[in-house]
Amino acid sequence: MPIDFLPILVMIAVVAAFAAIALILSGLTGPRRPTRAKLEPYESGMPPFGSAMRRVSIKYFLTAVLFILFDIEIIFFYPWAVLFRQLGLFGLIEMGIFILILLVGYVYIWRKGGFDWD
Amino acid sequence: MDIFNNLFPGLYDWINALLHDWFKGAMPADVESVLVSAIMALIVAISAILFMVLMVLIMIWLERKNAARIQDRVGPNRVGPYGLLQPIADTIKMLIKEDIVPTNADKLVHLLAPLVAMAPAVLALAVVPFGKGMTPVDLNIGLLFMIAVGSIGVVGIFMAGYGSNNKYSLLGGMRGVAQVVSYEVPQVLTVVTVILLSGSMSLVKIVDAQGGWFGLQWNILALPVGLIAFVIFYICALAEVNRSPFDLIEGESEIVAGFFTEYSGMKWGLFYLAEYFNFFIVCMFGATLFLGGWQGPILPGWLWLIIKTYALVWLGMWIRMTLPRFRVDQLMKFAWKVLVPVALANLLLTSILIGVYNGIGF
Repeated sequence: MPIDFLPILVMIAVVAAFAAIALILSGLTGPRRPTRAKLEPYESGMPPFGSAMRRVSIKYFLTAVLFILFDIEIIFFYPWAVLFRQLGLFGLIEMGIFILILLVGYVYIWRKGGFDWD
Repeated sequence: MDIFNNLFPGLYDWINALLHDWFKGAMPADVESVLVSAIMALIVAISAILFMVLMVLIMIWLERKNAARIQDRVGPNRVGPYGLLQPIADTIKMLIKEDIVPTNADKLVHLLAPLVAMAPAVLALAVVPFGKGMTPVDLNIGLLFMIAVGSIGVVGIFMAGYGSNNKYSLLGGMRGVAQVVSYEVPQVLTVVTVILLSGSMSLVKIVDAQGGWFGLQWNILALPVGLIAFVIFYICALAEVNRSPFDLIEGESEIVAGFFTEYSGMKWGLFYLAEYFNFFIVCMFGATLFLGGWQGPILPGWLWLIIKTYALVWLGMWIRMTLPRFRVDQLMKFAWKVLVPVALANLLLTSILIGVYNGIGF
């Protein structure tokens, strides 16, 4: 029921308002004395060197792809788990096959070194 | 005791009736009922915010006092009795600090990041059953909602890391995303065990299924699978909220303060709030899913839930003071090579055990 989600929408608005009030309040009460050195990005006291928005290691992207793959597979467990008692033996065997197929991919990634960070 | 048990539902009904009285005849019935539920939602939301602030203040005090005792110190004891007012003093200090935004930061992303990190934790509160008939919103997919909302927080961490235009922030943000996302997989997997045991995704029904037998029907006591599931859930919970020993996204010995290096004043305070309340929320879900939720004798249900939550919170604080930090490669290896297979095997074992218990063929 869409109306069930009305309180959640209201909650989002209230949280946003709370954060806004906190930030505005701190803006009013806090001092504002910017200097050039203060506004530089922190680099342990050294002069900042280049921009931080550069390319990042491929490892992070690999992790993201793995997450998407596995999360999508795992979401299939949810309806199955709710209906498990009604599905009976059929459900058990079918999920066994599903996990088997999942395991093939899992072992493949493991052997290819997809889970190794270095 | 009945009064305390039904304090909040009673209050809810009373305000509801009052509002219905107020609007009587002023507008069509369907508009009126939507308006009344909107106002009730507003009241619930404001109480949720107050609840969050109160719980975080208590947790900060508890954490500092606990850490001090474990390290054989006294801890905060100057502001108020036993230092109880220390968190309030800290909040006031945070409010009157200067808000520094670095010159080449992405201003909008930098501003929105603390909000995005904080909001999901409060939203998750919407589906927690605090007692009989005391669930703000009883969604039939409550468990899925909790997981979905819980994973929005990581976007805030990444926004902070990227928007600050600082190398330490970016590293912390990237690590944070990788870590949270990796531990999400075993967590989501291990929660399926709970669904199997209870046969529902509604948190209200999950708690109801754990009532009776004086707590012997708690999911954690569905040996051996419940205990294994709980341990995996708790480890993942610590990792998801970046608590020690998984706090390397803000590992101060390597990357300063991680994603909130460039944050100060109240923006930093909002991150702090988010961090603590996220921890509180995952502990609350742990208590709901595995420790019987609000079920308990004598005391009112909501008090039982809070007591169980604080037991888990305290366990996390104990672990934090005891264990050293993981290395990043160990962290990833542990999630993918240990927790995922164990969770999967546990899931299979649960379904087989339920099958055997009910007689194969059902």
